[in-house]
Amino acid sequence: MAEFFSTPKNVVHVGHGGRAKSPHFHFHFSPIYLYSCPVKAVVEIKDLRVEYPSRELGQRTKVAVNGLSLQVAAGEVFGFLGPNGAGKTTTMNVLLGFVNPTSGSASIFGVDVQQPIARQRIGYLPELTYYYKFLNAEELLRFYAKIFNIPEREREIRIDEVLKLVELDHARKRLIKTYSKGMQQRAGLAQALINDPDLLILDEPTSGLDPLGRMKVREIIQRLKERGKTVFFSSHELGEVETVCDRVAILCQGELKTEGTVAEITAKHQMNLERVFLKIVGYQEE
Amino acid sequence: MNNIFAIATVVLKEMYRRKDFYVLFVLTALITLVMGSVNIFHDDKIVRYLKEVCLLLIWISSLVIAITTAARQIPAERESRTIFPLLAKPVSRNQLIVGKFVGCWIACALALIVFYAFFGVITGAREHFWPIATYFQAVFFQWILLGIVLAMVLLGSLVFTAVSSNATICFIVVFGIMLLGGHLHKLAANMHGVSATITSVIYFIIPHLEFYDLRDWIIHDHGLVAWGPWGLAVLYGLIYSAIFLGFACLAFRRKALTL
Repeated sequence: MAEFFSTPKNVVHVGHGGRAKSPHFHFHFSPIYLYSCPVKAVVEIKDLRVEYPSRELGQRTKVAVNGLSLQVAAGEVFGFLGPNGAGKTTTMNVLLGFVNPTSGSASIFGVDVQQPIARQRIGYLPELTYYYKFLNAEELLRFYAKIFNIPEREREIRIDEVLKLVELDHARKRLIKTYSKGMQQRAGLAQALINDPDLLILDEPTSGLDPLGRMKVREIIQRLKERGKTVFFSSHELGEVETVCDRVAILCQGELKTEGTVAEITAKHQMNLERVFLKIVGYQEE
Repeated sequence: MNNIFAIATVVLKEMYRRKDFYVLFVLTALITLVMGSVNIFHDDKIVRYLKEVCLLLIWISSLVIAITTAARQIPAERESRTIFPLLAKPVSRNQLIVGKFVGCWIACALALIVFYAFFGVITGAREHFWPIATYFQAVFFQWILLGIVLAMVLLGSLVFTAVSSNATICFIVVFGIMLLGGHLHKLAANMHGVSATITSVIYFIIPHLEFYDLRDWIIHDHGLVAWGPWGLAVLYGLIYSAIFLGFACLAFRRKALTL
């Protein structure tokens, strides 16, 4: 397991021909990386506002995120909390370049999120499993590894490693459509780790998993944290967030309500994280 | 280019696992074999009818493969949400469109090679004559035509929400151009005023797919098409494919990723 994770690397070492050197892999980077490294904040969001066309009568637009600013430092596990419709997934969609912000900016490793190269060092696990069901796990990972330009020999080693890590080695030749939900989620985690990412964006990674599956995902996040990886994840599981996160932010109706370490937030509000969350989202206890 | 070919490989894998091609090929093969084995009226020239039926089947089958394959590419990615993990990688939207196009185009090339190899064997066995260069020109022309059709269908898949409506409209447009495209200027000559102008504009704007139909050359053994005009027609087709792809990339730039 240990050899799976490379040493912490918050700075990309650029060798000849714009290739980054890491203990295991050699990725191609565009020259844009030459001047963007080293970076202190892995994720930087400044005054972000996202509006969608509204489907309600008399309303032209709906504000999904309003004036959001936050930074995630290298090596941090950052929990992004909020009720349904708070704007968590929209913020993640902006970070991944799926949605264009109405105003404000977002960057990853100092590169604007609209540039495809910003996603070279990211691993993304969507909330639900969305993978090509006509491929098997090995083919799926090979496809994504090709996209990351991982050389063929290293690609096969990497595929073996991630499949072992997520315990799908025995089912590598089975079509994904035959997998159980837990197995599909683990296949998703494998694709998110295929490029040995420095930043993992996980959208409710334990959603729909049984307790054992949740524990395994938490273990993987802990190991990534130990290896200096940055993890940005959204969750409804407050206990899980308290266990693994260095810092959390609570979002409600598109606005950032509070941000800090779990200890800071609980000390400031004089109550545990769950009660702080309920208070922020406006839940009135009888 | 790496990303484009990676995406194209997935399109090819999907195609051979979905079995559409096998069904069409078996149908084409069966009808051709039955036609080829029957000696109607003991007429040696009957092989021309065999060629005509066989080529018509190849044309219809290849168009069905091209349109149905291309029409579902982007909508399927959006509907099944596989587009999210894909675009979370260093892949641009333009690369996705071009990758899908290349994958479908290679798939069409493979289908055409198999269809024409079968056609060559069946007709060659009856005629003892194999005009390889003419077959090459015909296959390549048809491949260029399918390139235009694929790019048009991909553009359509970003404009029309439903796969079926896009496929139906594209079938109508393609068959309309094949049947009427070459005669529009004659129609315009018999019209007056605005309708004549509109018909003339349509004549000059549409891609003339009928240029790529070499079926009569093969059926009646007209020999080779002069390489100069043949090359110009290939260039014309590539330009139209690029135009449609360019519009598809523009349409996809700010498109919501979910349906």
